[in-house]
Amino acid sequence: MQLKHIVLGTALATMAGLPAVTVAQAADTIYIPLFSYRTGPFAGSGIPIANGMADYLNMLNERDGGIGGVKLEVAECETSYDTKKGVECYESIKGKNPVVTNPYSTGITLQLIPKAAVDKVPVLSFSYGLSASADGNTFPWIFNPPSTYWDGASVFVKYAAQVEGGLDKLKGKKLGLLYLDAPYGKEPIPLLEALAKDFGFELKLYPVPAAEMQNQSSLWLNIRRDRPDWIYLQGFGSMNPTAVSEAAKTGFPIGRLVGNWWAGSDDDARPAGAGGKGYLSLDFNQVGQNFPIIQDIIKHVVEKKKSQVTSVDKVGENFYNRGVLNSVYIAEGIRNAQRLSGKKLINGEDMRRGLESLNITEARLKELGMEGFAAPVKVTCADHNGHHSVYVAEWDGAKWTKKSDWIEPMKDKVIPLSDAAAKEYATSNAGWPKRTEACDK
Amino acid sequence: MRSNPGEGPFEVAPHPNPLPSKRAFTPVFDGLCGERERTARGAALMDLLYKIFLDPFVQMGAAPDLLVQTLWEGLVAGVLYSLIALGYVLIFKASGVFNFAQGIMVVFSALTLVGLYQLGVPAFLALALTIGVMFVLAFGIERLILRPLVNQPDIILFMATFGLTYLLIGFGELVFGGEPKVMITEALYLPKGAIEFKILGGFVQLQKIDIAAAIIASIMVAGLAVFFQKTRIGRALRAVADSHKAALSVGISLEYIWVVVWFTSGIVALATGIMWGAKSQVDFALEIIALKALPVLILGGFTSIPGAIVGGVIIGVGEKIGEFYWGPLLGSGIESWLAYVIALIFLLFRPQGLFGERIIERI
Repeated sequence: MQLKHIVLGTALATMAGLPAVTVAQAADTIYIPLFSYRTGPFAGSGIPIANGMADYLNMLNERDGGIGGVKLEVAECETSYDTKKGVECYESIKGKNPVVTNPYSTGITLQLIPKAAVDKVPVLSFSYGLSASADGNTFPWIFNPPSTYWDGASVFVKYAAQVEGGLDKLKGKKLGLLYLDAPYGKEPIPLLEALAKDFGFELKLYPVPAAEMQNQSSLWLNIRRDRPDWIYLQGFGSMNPTAVSEAAKTGFPIGRLVGNWWAGSDDDARPAGAGGKGYLSLDFNQVGQNFPIIQDIIKHVVEKKKSQVTSVDKVGENFYNRGVLNSVYIAEGIRNAQRLSGKKLINGEDMRRGLESLNITEARLKELGMEGFAAPVKVTCADHNGHHSVYVAEWDGAKWTKKSDWIEPMKDKVIPLSDAAAKEYATSNAGWPKRTEACDK
Repeated sequence: MRSNPGEGPFEVAPHPNPLPSKRAFTPVFDGLCGERERTARGAALMDLLYKIFLDPFVQMGAAPDLLVQTLWEGLVAGVLYSLIALGYVLIFKASGVFNFAQGIMVVFSALTLVGLYQLGVPAFLALALTIGVMFVLAFGIERLILRPLVNQPDIILFMATFGLTYLLIGFGELVFGGEPKVMITEALYLPKGAIEFKILGGFVQLQKIDIAAAIIASIMVAGLAVFFQKTRIGRALRAVADSHKAALSVGISLEYIWVVVWFTSGIVALATGIMWGAKSQVDFALEIIALKALPVLILGGFTSIPGAIVGGVIIGVGEKIGEFYWGPLLGSGIESWLAYVIALIFLLFRPQGLFGERIIERI
């Protein structure tokens, strides 16, 4: 009996100790891992994003035969929005010569930031993750375009001021921040505190613990007592529809509740029913199917049953199109990398240069079949974000519509704060490497 | 639905008796100490003490409508917590295990209901079918999990409920997908909108869905209490709770009791799923709602049905009052741990739980 146990135990231990058998990588494709979360408590936002990202890249394969004649190998890894699983995903793909990672969670991004420079795999955290990683000098391997959470919060303040009749009218007003009590939710606090001082408004903080996401009644009683004039919602998952429903129920003027861009999925607004009509959210991509790029996806991927969408009307939802825009950045990065390196089959180092010279102009947007779909974006060696404009979208009861013009963030407030935070990150992580990567002209 | 949004709570005129400013209170203590620094420190301390011990009560007196509103929200939450806690208590009494899968049963039942409706099944038929599914689930659990584990240590059964949880998560995602779904409140004729009435110089707003939730949950709680105290099955359940062996020896079928109990807690899960799903949406995050019952169980005891009922209300009202009046002192968002503090404070004075019997063992 005991011998059997020992033999079994040894066998198990040996198996666990064996290095994972890596599948030989076909050397004629560009490997793009997508970390997606189609399951778990946040799947509602994860599914449309993953569909949009995969469908655009697969469309390039179907329509153009890949990029520069090289096929793309798109591989999803399921994270359930769990940081541990995300790191496991990273460990499982890093031997396959990935050109870029898309962590799709602030927690996973924070874990990958120190690894990126070591493994030579750039991280594209598409308007999430660490705001301070916009500083390309400190974070040469991290990219977070088009806008940071601080840009978003400053646009919220600007929009509120627009409606009130000017920034000077904010004096004496109460602006609330309703946020998930987690690193993601707390991101905008330092910027809003600085702006409160500058413009003389009072900042009210309403944290929602993760365990109370669907249980916000006492928090909305606080809101009723405080009577804030505006609320900025930095929420996620089922916290958002609960907040919109509570706002509608308690009679908070719904047009003064502004979600950030991750609080603006169709599923965030829909459960509130008629009461959610008029809910606002920041956005940087258009919704709907009336763009050649989306039509191409429908024709080459969805109609050929190569997409995971459950029905064609899911194509064009806000978060689906956002996934598409994310993949456009990846594809354009690959094109740049091919041009700069002169190679068809690029690696992570080439991709880093490609992303660093990302410059999607109006003309390029038109070529891509996405005129008016998104704003132009430009990333530079020093600025890995660009602090681009966003607009305010309004839920009309069935879909998102564009309510405001593109609003530029308060760059003069955001960039100094961002640079200071980047410096602090580098000093508090002893031995943080100095940038050695050259800049492309 | 309120007809005129202009009369909403955010447009009403300022409160007739504004709350006294805390600054008006503190200067009384200034100057008592000689040095300026000590005065400042003293004033800060007095201010803190004021905020903890006086200000909340001043607020309650100055704006009684908000107090009534908070009590109401606490009561609604409390009744729903009681309902969830009851699901745990029933299974604990019958099987001697803490059912870790209670949370996922909430999600699974709500997903089944909404999923069937989306397939075109009429709402009430979907409700009936969902109840059927919960019965099949209870039967399956008894056959495949409980029966083979009879006479095993309780911890094995407990771990089996972990397995059940992940099985149901995977199965639910496979069948219904991970997308959040909207609860079919209207199709089930659950009321919408709110009743507002003026009271004590302010107003109180009662959501009709909350009233319905409170009534339905109260009826279920009362019904279950009567069922398990007064009927034959109830007596059998209590016998099983006391001793499996003794119950078997007098001819009580363990299998039968287990199916009944798991089925009942499946129905409790369904009711919970409908009520909380209506407040937010139906997705896998709803699972954590079940954990709200933990402090109730600490307070009320794992085996006491009245304990679950009274404990739920104490926790519900306590945490809402605490969050509303004392939460801002600690940066808000305190209710998730405050519930446990309330439960533990009660335990200091009644270690056996609210209605538990004091266990005296002589040595």
